[in-house]
Amino acid sequence: MEKVIAGSTVQVNEEGYLTDFSQWNQAVGTELAEEAGINLTQRHWEVLAYLQNEYKNDVPLSIRKIGKSNVVDIKEFYQLFPTAPLKTASKIAGIPKPVSCI
Amino acid sequence: MKRIIILGSGTAGTMMANHLHHRLGTGEWEIDVIDERTEHYYQPGYLFLPFDIYSPEDIVKPIKNFLPNGVNLINESIDRIVPKEQYVLMANGDRLAYDILIIGTGCKIAPEETEGMLGAEWQKSVFDFYTFEGALALRNKLREWEGGKLVVHITEMPIKCPVAPLEFAFLADSFFKHKNMRDKVELTFVTPLSGAFTKPKATAALEHLLEEKHIKIESDFAIESVDNEQKAIVDYGGRTIPFDLLVTVPTNKGDELIARSGMGDDLNFVPTNKATLQSKGWPNIFVLGDATDIAASKAGSVAHFEAEILTDNILHFIAGEPLKEEFDGHANCFIETGNGKALLIDFNYTHEPVEGTFPFPGIGPLRLLKESRINHMGKLAFRWIYWNMLLKGTHIPFVSSAMQEAGKTFD
Repeated sequence: MEKVIAGSTVQVNEEGYLTDFSQWNQAVGTELAEEAGINLTQRHWEVLAYLQNEYKNDVPLSIRKIGKSNVVDIKEFYQLFPTAPLKTASKIAGIPKPVSCI
Repeated sequence: MKRIIILGSGTAGTMMANHLHHRLGTGEWEIDVIDERTEHYYQPGYLFLPFDIYSPEDIVKPIKNFLPNGVNLINESIDRIVPKEQYVLMANGDRLAYDILIIGTGCKIAPEETEGMLGAEWQKSVFDFYTFEGALALRNKLREWEGGKLVVHITEMPIKCPVAPLEFAFLADSFFKHKNMRDKVELTFVTPLSGAFTKPKATAALEHLLEEKHIKIESDFAIESVDNEQKAIVDYGGRTIPFDLLVTVPTNKGDELIARSGMGDDLNFVPTNKATLQSKGWPNIFVLGDATDIAASKAGSVAHFEAEILTDNILHFIAGEPLKEEFDGHANCFIETGNGKALLIDFNYTHEPVEGTFPFPGIGPLRLLKESRINHMGKLAFRWIYWNMLLKGTHIPFVSSAMQEAGKTFD
C-alpha cells in the first residue's frame, strides 16, 4: 500500500515497513522515528547506517549480531530503540522486518 | 578403497549411514561413523519425560542397533576437522583421512551464554528439557512441585524444534489439570519473537490455544540475565518477569568441534548451501540436520527429508555429476496441545503452515493446523516409526521429501 511520509509517497507493507529501500531518505526516517516516539540523535543515525549497510550486504540481522557489531551494545540498542529494538530500528531504517530463524 | 566419514550418530548421521550403505553397497566405499557416545537418544521424548508420559527406557537405545552391518562405529572423541588436508583429527591423536565428509554433529544448549542461568538456582528452580539429564531432573521437580509461577522461556532463536517450548506449556496446563492443581499454577510463555511462532497463520492458531488454556504470553523478550536472588528473568530493556519455576530453552549452538575446526559461524553452525546441502567452504564436505546454518527448522523431520536428498547428491558427487538443488526446507511437525490432542504443521522455506489435510489431499486422515485426537495418535505412533523405520532409512509411505501443496488452503 502507499503512504505519504515527509512529503514523499512510499510503498509500505501492512505492518508499515518500507517495501522498497530506494524510497527511503533521512526525512522519511525522521518521520518514521517520530511515529515510534523517538527523536533521532547522532547515535541513532550511526546505528541505522550500520543496519542499512548490513542489509545491503545481505547479512541477516539478529540481536546477537548487533551485540557483537562493535557499533552498539545490546544495552544501548535498547535505550535507543526501546521495547523491540531490532524491529523498531529496521522500520525506521527502511529495511524489511528481520526474519526470525525458525 | 575410498572412505566416507560421518560425524555424529544422531538422527541425521544414522539415517545417512543407512542410506549410503544401501546405495553404495560394500566394495568400493568404506563408511565410518564417529560418535563419542554409545547411546542414541530419541530427542522428541524429552518433551514427554518431565510429565512422566515416557520413561527413560522409551527414549534411550544403543547406537549400534541402528547402524547396518558393514558400517564401522568409532566410539572416540573428535578434536577437529582439518578440511585442507582432508582428515579428522581424533582426541587421541589419530588422523582419519576421508574422501567425503558428512557433518551431522547437531546442536546443543549453551546456558553459559546467559548471565546467571547456570547460577545457584540451576536445576533447583531453573531447568532445561533439551537434554536427557535436564528433562529427568525436571520430571523429579514436577513430581513434587506444589505450584506457583511457572515460566516457560526461549532465550534466542534459532533453537532445535521451535515448537517444543509451546508444547511444553500446553502439556504443563494439561498435567496440572490432571493433578487437580491448575488453579495453583500461573503459566507464562516468554519468547524473543513477536508472537507464539515464526509464521503468521500458525501464530494466530497457537495464540488462540494459549488464551484458551489461560497461558499468558510475553513477547519480544530478549533476556539479559537470570536473577537468582530475586528469582526473575530480566531483559535488556529492564523488563522483569518473576518465577517460582523457570523452564528455559537456553541458546542453542553447534558443536564445539566446529569452532575448533574454524568452520562455523558465531553460533558454530556450518555455512551450507540450502538447496544442495554441500558445505560452502569445501566441495567434499556435506552438512545436514541441526549442524547447518540454513533457515529450515532444526528438527528430525527436516533431517529426514534432507537425508533423502543428500544421499542422491553424494552419489552425484561421486559420479562427478552436478548436484541437485532440491531441498526446499520441508518440515513436518506434530504439536502436542495437551488433553490427548495435537496439531500438525507442514511447511517449507517459502510456504508457511496453513490449514488442510495430510498426507492425502481432501481426505487426511491428519488435519493441518487443527487440534485433533488422531494427530496426537500420530505423534505417539511416531516413536515406533522413528526407531523402526526413520533411523534405518526406510521410506515413510506417502510422505515425500519435497513439500506437497495439494490438500492445503492457501490464500
